Amino acid sequence: MSLTTETPAVAEVPGPVDRIRRLITANPSVLPTIASVVIFVGMIVYGETAYGRIVQYSTLSNLLINNAHLIVLAVALTFVIVTGGIDLSVGSIIAFSSVAGVMLANAGWHPLLVIVAMIGFGALFGLVSGILIRYFNVQPFIATLAMMFLGRGLASLLSTKPERLPEESPIRWISDKIKIVDGPKVNDLTITPAVMIAVLVVLAAFFVLHRTRTGRTVYAIGGSESSALLMGLPVHRTKVLVYVISGALSGLAAVLYTSRLGTAQNITGIGWELDAIAAAVIGGTVLTGAYGYVLGSVVGALVLGLMNVLITRDGGIPPEMTTIITGGILLVFVLLQRAVTRKKE
Amino acid sequence: MNAATTTSAWRDLIRKPFFWGIVAIVALLALNVLKDPGYLAISINPNNGNLVGNLIDILRQAAPIMMIAIGMSLVIATAGIDLSVGSLMAVSGAVSMEFLKNVGDSSSAGVALAAVGLSLLITGILGAVNGVLVAYVGLQPFIATLVLMLAGRGVAKVITGGQNTAATNDPYRWIANGYVIGVPVVFILALGIVLAVGWVVRRSALGLMIEAIGINPKASRMAGIKPRGLLMTAYILSGVLAGVAGIMSVGSVMTVDISRTGYQLELDAILAVVIGGASLMGGKFSLSGAFVGALLIATLDKTVLYLGVSSSATPAFKAIVIILICLLQSERVRAWFQGRRKTIIAPRVETAKEEVTA
Repeated sequence: MSLTTETPAVAEVPGPVDRIRRLITANPSVLPTIASVVIFVGMIVYGETAYGRIVQYSTLSNLLINNAHLIVLAVALTFVIVTGGIDLSVGSIIAFSSVAGVMLANAGWHPLLVIVAMIGFGALFGLVSGILIRYFNVQPFIATLAMMFLGRGLASLLSTKPERLPEESPIRWISDKIKIVDGPKVNDLTITPAVMIAVLVVLAAFFVLHRTRTGRTVYAIGGSESSALLMGLPVHRTKVLVYVISGALSGLAAVLYTSRLGTAQNITGIGWELDAIAAAVIGGTVLTGAYGYVLGSVVGALVLGLMNVLITRDGGIPPEMTTIITGGILLVFVLLQRAVTRKKE
Repeated sequence: MNAATTTSAWRDLIRKPFFWGIVAIVALLALNVLKDPGYLAISINPNNGNLVGNLIDILRQAAPIMMIAIGMSLVIATAGIDLSVGSLMAVSGAVSMEFLKNVGDSSSAGVALAAVGLSLLITGILGAVNGVLVAYVGLQPFIATLVLMLAGRGVAKVITGGQNTAATNDPYRWIANGYVIGVPVVFILALGIVLAVGWVVRRSALGLMIEAIGINPKASRMAGIKPRGLLMTAYILSGVLAGVAGIMSVGSVMTVDISRTGYQLELDAILAVVIGGASLMGGKFSLSGAFVGALLIATLDKTVLYLGVSSSATPAFKAIVIILICLLQSERVRAWFQGRRKTIIAPRVETAKEEVTA
């Protein structure tokens, strides 16, 4: 009798486990992504048991609302890192785009035009990085570093004071909370147009990176640029394109963030490039290129966001430890990647 | 004949790694002179015999940048990068200030020396952490040092308890503000360290071995070079020199500002090295180039401030300098300058393409 009860259990349990194990042996690079999902779930379970009020509508919807811009940035970095490059300019692009955008809005531009201009500024920065990298053989690291300085400096030239968006500005509508489920007290399931935009960006990026020829080329460049060139893939065009995508998405992140905050300043976004890189790395994007998943980066961004929530909830951890913890997590994940890729070699 | 030799001499000069750096310094100084004809004047302070002038200020400001640029040169030569130098400067300053504040003896040279020693020890250990991650664990240098760049400021905050700590100690302050025969101590110290490091790496095989690792780690190991020890040396040296830079920049105000001390200076160091003609791909370094690069950055900082632009806008000018120098160093622009070469290269590219399609 014990046998008969055990056999179906055995047959049932290994189903998903076996499938995951097969997936890992076939492609060990998914291990960090799976690890990040496990950690995300673990953090939620730990937070719920230790502090409570984590698994509820308001906390989870706030997690998405407060990290919509980080999700967009993580997606942007995924494109660049998969080609084996890096984009250090995203934080500065946000500073320039948001300051310039708010000033244009205050000057009486049409809101739609302002949003297009903000994304356009970002794309322009990305285009310059891409041209430097593609046509002048500048390393991605140094070209985007130059854009990082340039963006921050130009933003400071525009204004060093916080620029306020008028209260009635239609741009603020992007972060208006829309109730979907009206829970008890403040426990509502809310969503903002910004979150929807972020989700659309993730879906579009998923489609482009995993389902189109351009996406295949992006992976091929990360695997081996010279092989991709010999295969006749449009390497040069794609290389410029990933930086333009990254810049444009940074501009979009600036729109989302500014609409939520209502102000823009030249010091906005300092250190965000590191958050975005950390999110992508935690989500399983390997810094040497060729491996990475859009959805993994989204999980990575959520892990970072949830970590901040848990640190605030805990209260016992001094805020100055946050960077040490982020650094530690980043290090652990990079070591994990290293172990996985070394095994593959 | 004579014309030919002069053109080849010119060509040699232009090929020197730091040529464009010197051109840029001269251009910036000329810009300042246009605004104020007396800009370059150096006078002697009648009270204490110290040299006073904008050029002396530039030398003083360049000293910390030189320190981190020298460390960065060696690290970049091994095909690595050290992003943590700015944060290590903050750590070094935090350790010094916290130590001096707790000991409290404001005139003892021994206490100042102990503070310096302790700061350098701790930054050396943190540099060794970078070294272990790169040399033994095998992480990419960019990411290994990025972690310490993120966490380093956190470490400094934990050391001072999140506050900007101030302390008083005259001998320590002398390192940053003192003068010897009219010349700032920081500059003499920086020059001495640059010469010492240069002498050691160029007189021994150390420099050659470091470059060999950057060119081809596998081949250098087969040639009998042990990359691990050399990588460790480079990262520890970079950490210690960042500590020296931290002491220099904290000493002038005797306060450590956790979020501002050394902020974005890793980028200045990289910029100085690139201006100095080193390739970020590794395999070569030029300490004289890094020296010129550090001077250029200090001149640029001072010029921008002097022209009345907000100091937070200096990054834009640094970016333009980086872009210009990268363009000047790129093959494509060099080919434009030497039009004859371009016509030779063009058909070669064509044949390469034909081979590919075949």
